[in-house]
Amino acid sequence: MTAAVRADGLGKRYGRHWALTDCALEIPVGHVVGLVGPNGAGKTTLLGLASGQLAPTTGDITVLGDRPGAGPEQLARVGFVAQGTPVYDRLSVADHLRLGSRLNPGWDDALARRRVQRLGIDPGRPAGRLSAGQRAQLALTMGLAKRPELLLLDEPVAALDPLARREFLQGLMEAAAEGGLTVVLSSHLVPDVERVCDYLVVLVDSRVRVAAPVDDLLATHHRITGPRRDPARLPGDRHVVSASHTDRQSTFVVRGDAPVHDPTWITGRIGLEDLVIAYMDPTSTTVRTERDGHRTTLRVLR
Amino acid sequence: MIWLAWRQFRASAASATAALVLLAAALALTGPGLAEEYATELAACASVEGGGGCSVPGQRFFRDHRTAFFAVTGLVLAMPALIGMFWGAPLVAREFEAGTHALVWSQSVTRTRWLATRLGLVGLAAVTVAGLGSLLVTWWSPPLDTAASTLSRMEPVLFAARGVVPVGYAVLALALGVAVGMLVRRLLPAMALTLAVLVAVQIAVPALVRPSLLPPVRSTIEISETNAAGFRVARVGPDRVTVDAGDTGAWLLSSRTVNASGRVVGTVDVPTSTGPCGRSPEAGPGECLAEMTRLGYRLQVTYHPASRFWPLQWIETGIHTLLALGLAGFCLWRVRRPS
Repeated sequence: MTAAVRADGLGKRYGRHWALTDCALEIPVGHVVGLVGPNGAGKTTLLGLASGQLAPTTGDITVLGDRPGAGPEQLARVGFVAQGTPVYDRLSVADHLRLGSRLNPGWDDALARRRVQRLGIDPGRPAGRLSAGQRAQLALTMGLAKRPELLLLDEPVAALDPLARREFLQGLMEAAAEGGLTVVLSSHLVPDVERVCDYLVVLVDSRVRVAAPVDDLLATHHRITGPRRDPARLPGDRHVVSASHTDRQSTFVVRGDAPVHDPTWITGRIGLEDLVIAYMDPTSTTVRTERDGHRTTLRVLR
Repeated sequence: MIWLAWRQFRASAASATAALVLLAAALALTGPGLAEEYATELAACASVEGGGGCSVPGQRFFRDHRTAFFAVTGLVLAMPALIGMFWGAPLVAREFEAGTHALVWSQSVTRTRWLATRLGLVGLAAVTVAGLGSLLVTWWSPPLDTAASTLSRMEPVLFAARGVVPVGYAVLALALGVAVGMLVRRLLPAMALTLAVLVAVQIAVPALVRPSLLPPVRSTIEISETNAAGFRVARVGPDRVTVDAGDTGAWLLSSRTVNASGRVVGTVDVPTSTGPCGRSPEAGPGECLAEMTRLGYRLQVTYHPASRFWPLQWIETGIHTLLALGLAGFCLWRVRRPS
């Protein structure tokens, strides 16, 4: 099966600054993919490259098996909602839909009108006078109504209030649920990602730290707490994602299928946000010695 | 794509049309009257015995309409800058500034086609507006152009405001504005830079380029009031002689005085206290000039005669059009691989 996005040795340089270096990545089709990572990890650059807005400095990227932006056919297969969900301030909502229908052979006008109507947006209103949430919804409508196979969204909800965010993500989920659409959504809001995504990619410093279905991640990752010890001396065959220590205790986030049977260890489930943070930790395994017991509890998993 | 290009340009097209209609109405209303008034004044001058009423025929007529003349000429001269700043520079710079390039570039239309369509449409509009504007002015102005005897239409100020050259400047300005916007990516700096470059071009072309588009005529003429080239001798000082193009309509590039041995001299060495060049009021300038000629002084002039107006117009328009096409090609190449 062709990957939705496949990158190899991908790099992008702006002047002397590398926004993305040696990125290797494979995102399968058929998922709603959350692309998370700290600021400056290269999420926006990666999506820009995948949508064909940017050209790579080094390496290769293919999207649905073809070079991004290779031609009209390739452009028609990939939708892109850029950061800040830009729309033409002076054009009305109806003009935007007209733009979409004129510029996309596969435009689903009924879908576009239905969405605009359901959102309660006046089609005659200039896009510049819409609320941030409505603008984002308009940009999403344009991305969806061109009926792409892959829809890329770059921080689409970053500027929205919680209610608008929920509505936006709701609309996105409904569209994805209709089938046939792969979505890649970048965000630094893990709860949002958790709500809509079934596949997670954590990008740190241009590198993919983890890429897997969310269910698998939650099933195979645990937080274990026990007497202080070196990560190398953990029971069983486990990969330590992050570690933190106090004088007497060690807490690890580990990946591994087998449960821990050692009674001196407390095994707990881990939420997606903590898991993402564990992977985002740049040193991955950090060892800290805390003398102050109160602060220890606060810093067990930063 | 044509729909979007037109939708984004509609408002500009409407204001340009309104401006053209206003200009056309103003010129159509005043044009016939202007021609009539000029003819009347010329007739009046001819009928007065010895031309006593008007030393230079048409002078009063020109003075009366000077403001309109310079306003209309200035409008045509400013037109390329307006097109470059308000149509060219925003074409892509505004998209970059608002981020909407990302929206339009993710539709199923290649960037090359997107830019080519927009350039084509706005380019066509620029040609139309500049062409019609210049045509109107060129139709309206001949009485005043003729009356302005010291300012022939070959002179840089009028040359760029008559005929087809305004069209050349308009397309060059448009392509320049787009290219600058493409590189600068910000609207106001792009507009300012476009204006600065255009002003530089409008100054540099007549100063450095236009004189050598065709080899200028060089000739050595006698210093007299009726010389071979038809130039009028204008004495600036008692011992200096210069010429101006007079009524010949030529564009005088240089005029230098040479002595009997053919060397260029700054002053003419004739006695000014006595003799033909003295201050005796009864001796007209003719005798003094004849004396200079007798002493071997000649005038070396280089100029483009009036007959070269249209050849120069077409050559310069062609050059500007080629430059504009080159800039448009650069923009199309550049838009495929931005940043």
